[in-house]
Amino acid sequence: MKKVIMGNHALSYGAKLGRAQVIAAYPITPQTQVVELLSEMCADKSLDAMFIKVESEHSAMAACLGASLAGARTFTATSAQGLALMHELLHWASGGRLPVVMGNINRAMAPGWSIWSDQNDSLSQRDTGWMQFYCSSNQEVLDTVIQAFKVSEKLLIPSMVILDAFTLSHTYEVVDIPDQKKVDEYLPPFNPSIKLTPEEPHAFGGLTSPEHYFELRYKLQKEMEKAPALIEKTGKEYEKMFGRYLGLVEKHRCDDADLILITSGAMGSTARIAVDELRKEGIKAGNLRIKVFRPFPFEIIRNAVKGAKKIAVVDRNISYGHHGMFFEEVKSALYGYSDGLPVFGFITGLGGRDITPSTFKEITQYTLERDKPKEEIIWIGVKL
Amino acid sequence: MIEIRFHGRGGQGTVVASKILADTIAKEGNYVQAYPEFGVERRGAPVYAFIRIDDKPIYDKSKIYKPDHVVVVDPSLIEAIDVTEGLKEGGCIIINSEKKPEDLKFSNKFKVITVNATEISVKHKLGTLAAPIVNTAIVGAVVKILNLAKIGSLLEAVREGVPTKPEDNAAAAREAYESSENINK
Repeated sequence: MKKVIMGNHALSYGAKLGRAQVIAAYPITPQTQVVELLSEMCADKSLDAMFIKVESEHSAMAACLGASLAGARTFTATSAQGLALMHELLHWASGGRLPVVMGNINRAMAPGWSIWSDQNDSLSQRDTGWMQFYCSSNQEVLDTVIQAFKVSEKLLIPSMVILDAFTLSHTYEVVDIPDQKKVDEYLPPFNPSIKLTPEEPHAFGGLTSPEHYFELRYKLQKEMEKAPALIEKTGKEYEKMFGRYLGLVEKHRCDDADLILITSGAMGSTARIAVDELRKEGIKAGNLRIKVFRPFPFEIIRNAVKGAKKIAVVDRNISYGHHGMFFEEVKSALYGYSDGLPVFGFITGLGGRDITPSTFKEITQYTLERDKPKEEIIWIGVKL
Repeated sequence: MIEIRFHGRGGQGTVVASKILADTIAKEGNYVQAYPEFGVERRGAPVYAFIRIDDKPIYDKSKIYKPDHVVVVDPSLIEAIDVTEGLKEGGCIIINSEKKPEDLKFSNKFKVITVNATEISVKHKLGTLAAPIVNTAIVGAVVKILNLAKIGSLLEAVREGVPTKPEDNAAAAREAYESSENINK
């Protein structure tokens, strides 16, 4: 069934179709409608889940962890400062191997107080052991929530499904809402081998001596390394059933491109328009949108840029004192594999500053005019 | 692709109007993207809503700066802001007004079409005399003037999209639709 819905409701429908059993969340702009709709679904019983109201995001995640330990499929959503407040418990989720799925609406961190989009909130959590999926349309948001439950529960690693504030969260788009029966077929119930029950009590997360801790971390990483293949496999299964592939990256006209733009999130969709316009002007550009940031899809990126003469990575985030974070990761993926391929790092769109097709044309022009990047960071659109 | 910008004031249902228009378009199998101006809403302050319509998937997620048409829900806005900012030459200004188009002082680069949505809404008892809710009447007129969809899709979207009085709203949308001219004819 096709419906015109906002990105926030795409998260809600994804959680509903995924039959989330416990939802604990605290409202924050621009995430509020996600849990508003889910609480209505719980109230009118169209979703058979327990909705736990809490007094903070820290408690929201704590409640999710308890529910997940008890074997429930668990969902929450947050944004920016709310995600930052959860930080400690994000480690508990991954370290405890609890496959919570969380929507995060990318919102710039305060101060200055902002409700608009950039990626610093979620990217600041990159080392917490969560998988991160950056979406570029409301359809992809809904589909990815369902896939994330499947991948997370198989690997016992939590997932963050990420969308841009307002540009997706509050924007209405036509979304195909899959049939519940087919989703049930795709996503079987969560049934972990170890769970907390009154009949069989366990202790979790206890003191772990140097004799054991190291191996727990080794195993978390080893499971994370299985994610790229599993995401591709479950993405193909999804395509077979619902007609939409869910992969690690999305390539648009990369095969014969001289210049490849590397993008993510909603701007990764807008970049397609710029690429099509540049092609009409005779410039062989392509767009490689990175969807999965953790685990980072090294191999597919190395293969995708083969044959390109230049790479321009566009970041809507910054690691202060270093670079844009996608730029860092792309360079680390290509090091030793790309034979001196020039990689340019651009930062734009912080705090919700609009990213338009012209932004990508400006980036393209800068890149074409130079053999190598002259600056560590190339800023686009700063007004001083 | 058609890009439209709505101008209204907080509390008049401008964002709801753009959502109902989006639903109307989607019912006919076309693609649509609708978004409000991203800010903090206040009753009475100027608000904006934007909509893109196409028969192909819409990939552009940036804001609309050069709309093909603008819709003015509250006529008092033309004293306060430039509703024609960025409007393409030859584009329509569809405005809720009891005046004749030639009595509104717009540049002749644009096609001005007036709709007496306030009168229609009051007649159908939508809102109050002091604060009529004109959004469904305006959408009815826009759908007809720009030839965006059939009346059946419009009425269905109105009935599903309004918080109260589905039949009165549908009647207002129908009256505005039927009393407006299709510019493409």
